[in-house]
Amino acid sequence: MARRKTSSKSNSLSSRSVSRVPVAKTYKLYIDGKFPRSESGRYYSLRRGDTRVLANVCRGSRKDFRDAVVAARNACGAWSRSSAYLRGQILYRAAEMLEGRAGQFAAELVLQGVARRRAETEVAAAIDRLVYYAGWADKYQQVFSTVNPVSTSHFNFSVLEPTGVVAIIAPETSGLLGLVSNVAPAVAGGNTCIVLASKSLPLCAISFAEVLHASDFPAGVINVLTGLKEELIEPFASHMDVNAVVYGDADAQAARKIQELAADNIKRVILRSGVDWNSAATQSPYSISDTQETKTTWHPIGS
Amino acid sequence: MNAVASSFTPRLPALDRVPCVDEVGVEERVARFCSRSIKKESKVQALKLALSMIDLTTLEGQDTRGKVTQLCQKAIHVHDSRPGLPHVAAVCVYPTMVAVARQALRGHDIKVASVATAFPSGMAPLGVKLEETRIAVQEGADEVDMVISRGAFLEGDHQLVFDEIVAIKEACGHAYLKVILETGELGTLDRVRRASTLAMHAGADFIKTSTGKIQPAATLPVTLVMLQAIRDYYHATGRRVGMKPAGGISKAKLALQYLVMLRETLGEGWLTAERFRFGASSLVNDIVMQLEKQGTGVYQSADYFSRD
Amino acid sequence: MASPESKLQFDTDWKYSAAPESTDHVRIDRQYELFIGGQFVAPRARQYFETINPANEKVLARVARADRTDVDRAVAAARRAYERSWSKLKPAARGKYLYRIARMLQERAREFAAIESLDGGKPIRESRDIDVPLAAAHFFYYAGWADKLEYAFPGRRASPLGVAGQIIPWNFPLLMAAWKIAPALACGNTAVLKPAETTPLTALKLAELMRDVDLPAGVVNIVTGAGDTGAALVEHADVDKIAFTGSTEVGRQILRRLAGTGKHYTLELGGKAANIVFADAAIDQAVEGIVNGIFFNQGHVCCAGSRLLVQESVADEVIAKLKERMETLIVGDPLDKNTDIGAINSAAQLEKIEQYLRIGQAEGGEMYQSSCSLPATGYWCRPTLFSGMAQSNRVVQEEIFGPVLAIQTFRSFEEALDKANNTPYGLSGGVWTDKGAKIFKMTRALRAGVIWANTFNKFDPSAPFGGYKESGMGREGGLHGLGAYVELR
Repeated sequence: MARRKTSSKSNSLSSRSVSRVPVAKTYKLYIDGKFPRSESGRYYSLRRGDTRVLANVCRGSRKDFRDAVVAARNACGAWSRSSAYLRGQILYRAAEMLEGRAGQFAAELVLQGVARRRAETEVAAAIDRLVYYAGWADKYQQVFSTVNPVSTSHFNFSVLEPTGVVAIIAPETSGLLGLVSNVAPAVAGGNTCIVLASKSLPLCAISFAEVLHASDFPAGVINVLTGLKEELIEPFASHMDVNAVVYGDADAQAARKIQELAADNIKRVILRSGVDWNSAATQSPYSISDTQETKTTWHPIGS
Repeated sequence: MNAVASSFTPRLPALDRVPCVDEVGVEERVARFCSRSIKKESKVQALKLALSMIDLTTLEGQDTRGKVTQLCQKAIHVHDSRPGLPHVAAVCVYPTMVAVARQALRGHDIKVASVATAFPSGMAPLGVKLEETRIAVQEGADEVDMVISRGAFLEGDHQLVFDEIVAIKEACGHAYLKVILETGELGTLDRVRRASTLAMHAGADFIKTSTGKIQPAATLPVTLVMLQAIRDYYHATGRRVGMKPAGGISKAKLALQYLVMLRETLGEGWLTAERFRFGASSLVNDIVMQLEKQGTGVYQSADYFSRD
Repeated sequence: MASPESKLQFDTDWKYSAAPESTDHVRIDRQYELFIGGQFVAPRARQYFETINPANEKVLARVARADRTDVDRAVAAARRAYERSWSKLKPAARGKYLYRIARMLQERAREFAAIESLDGGKPIRESRDIDVPLAAAHFFYYAGWADKLEYAFPGRRASPLGVAGQIIPWNFPLLMAAWKIAPALACGNTAVLKPAETTPLTALKLAELMRDVDLPAGVVNIVTGAGDTGAALVEHADVDKIAFTGSTEVGRQILRRLAGTGKHYTLELGGKAANIVFADAAIDQAVEGIVNGIFFNQGHVCCAGSRLLVQESVADEVIAKLKERMETLIVGDPLDKNTDIGAINSAAQLEKIEQYLRIGQAEGGEMYQSSCSLPATGYWCRPTLFSGMAQSNRVVQEEIFGPVLAIQTFRSFEEALDKANNTPYGLSGGVWTDKGAKIFKMTRALRAGVIWANTFNKFDPSAPFGGYKESGMGREGGLHGLGAYVELR
């Protein structure tokens, strides 16, 4: 449960009345369009200083991840077949929803130790990033596809297709923007995903799940887990029904472990370390094409 | 309903001459039908027409004399508190329940339709299927709903499928024959079109979409393709074959979309229970609720409409 | 083959009751001014004209007539906005304004659809289901390009042209406004738009909407008027680019006026598309495609499939089915939700169409019209076929812009292709066959900018649209549509 700082200032009227006890928030996971607790029942406490507990965060298990992959796989067919226009509309709706809650998200980042100015900038950038990728949904295909001038009498074209289920390990040092910057391009491109939040800055990830929930995303398209990275890297990288894994931290050893485990089913591994997520230079359609396959089709030209 | 004339000679048509069907085009045409707005008087008229076209159906392993008798009561007394409602066209049951239905419907102008031919799968020797048909007719069925051999059709043995229909038609005697294509198992609209043409040339009085026992059952696209086949057959031969979508039509709004499609594809000659039926059960109450709403201006509750 | 005895009876006992679209939530002012510099301002000479509802000839509103000085004010406002505000904004911010326009158009969709039908005569079902959603989608699509132009032109930096002068026709008033404004603004330009004389209302409502989303003043300006208003815009020295959609004849005049000026231009002109049906087509769906191709929007479509080329072995069957299908087309009040074919846009256009009906008959064509009834007042034309036509007939060569289809037969692929290409026009074409290879062979050889295979009249903001030859030059929609509004270095 998260406790918010209550104001110590009060006017003469309220000093005589009982001060209001706020309702603390329970942070759960987001799987298949629902908010369950971890099936393991485990948690870890997010603290400020030595003793003050900000919230109890679900310590997601490999079984939670397994369930999330099932949900993502089930949602994948319909989501990848949905029109690009629809995907763009839904991402834009997420921006609308996040814009409406900008204050809440900034406060949540501040609560977790981010300076206020930086928090507000980060939230604004996250909203604009959603708008940015919403606008790519129906355009990346035009930039990256080709009609190929083969020398036989065939109409030959290459298009991008989503790779499928993408497992994302969000950057540790970013409480919101890093997560949004990796989730948005994956789903703009028709993939479904499971994202593991930063361990030290996990709260906005779950609040963001609420934003997604209110944005017309079908259940299972985006699943959000919290937990200990050291426990979850292995299932994220080794699950045989995951098509790609995205790793956002700079830990070279962890990156190597991921690549070794990913080899079993030839998962695509996308390493995005040392990125300044605040910079507009980091957003690009290549983040979308990273999680796409290319399909070439031949068809005769003749009577 | 005009039964097949005695001069009718069944002949397997050249199925490769049947036009192919573009699925996307069919779905767009259907979407246009669905955007028709049926209101006020035309809505009331259509709802009553739809009601009169229902084959009220129970086809379950757990059917009993009690169940069938009560269903027949519903067929007769659809919603007596609103006078002027038409009765349904028929009650549709298994052969072993035909006599029960006949008894319960005595004195009323409601037909008894019976499924036969190892419904729903059709996986039985032809002799068994013929015997079942004869029994159903002997028990008093006015109409027989048969299933085609989908396996044979998918194997490409059109002659076998054709011959079976011809034989069943003969076994029906004076009873009308509805031929169920089981479109959900045929898979493509091209096959639906070909199977429709085959069945009509074999002597079907009605062609019917489905048994209602598998998904998908009746759909608007499949029905449109069948109506177009009926239209072409009519222009070629002068014979009017009826059509029955069955299964999955439980809402009045959907039933009206079928009627729009029927009206604009085949016209006046088919806007009658003689040539169009809905294979349904809970549709009855939704239609009556809509009629009640049209009459009173107030949205209704299911509690006020009997469920038999 | 259908015999007279086997004719189907579509005039049934069960008829559709009137299903009028409600208009009590729709607001049309009695009088509209010009929209210049973010405000509605009176025209200098205080001249107004009336816009009527072609379904009943009743006046809907008085609309300002812009003269040369008004056009000058509008261009000046656009120039000021370009230099002082619009070009100073970050591209992503320009995109956000376009997103706002798209979303608000979705919110006000029903009102816009009703007004479009009232002002222009097209059925409410079309304005509601096609025109308005596509217009919103166009804004949404181009909003996304605003901050992504660096990816659209390999090896080149794109910068805006400046002020765009845009002249649009009366057949898709709101949609054409969207097709013009969205890409222009996305690329950083500002605009002066002149709607058609008979259909100004949705452009004016769009002006209100743009003011309501706080689009910076002067970024879009609307100058209503007739041909001379358009001419003033074309000839204005401070306009950097002209975009015109309309007839080929006016397109020629514009090109002559632009000669030597150095202005950029794109033109989307007339067409006389061939809809080619092969014997191996899915015949029933092809018939539907023919109907969609020529009767949709009363045939007031530049890319209409106004010529049917049908393979001779299936010609009788296709024509019989076509005639049967035409019987269920409802011609009537555009505001009735069941209407398929609405009112002809104006008395002048109806006269043009009727002239062609006379010409076609005089040329020996066999004319067939559906038996539908027509309302007593307003401008109406029944869906019409001319069969037994040839390339040398005027109804085959000339654009009629009405619900009139000219039918010719062909025997071979080469003959169909030759007849299809044997025209100064080159906007669109249709090919109906179940054989994929034949589709690609046809699409490779047809000299037209848009080819529909086993479908017709499909539009999407991401799909480029435009013509070859006298049907114009330049493309609207898609990545290619950006090219019209940028300078590449």
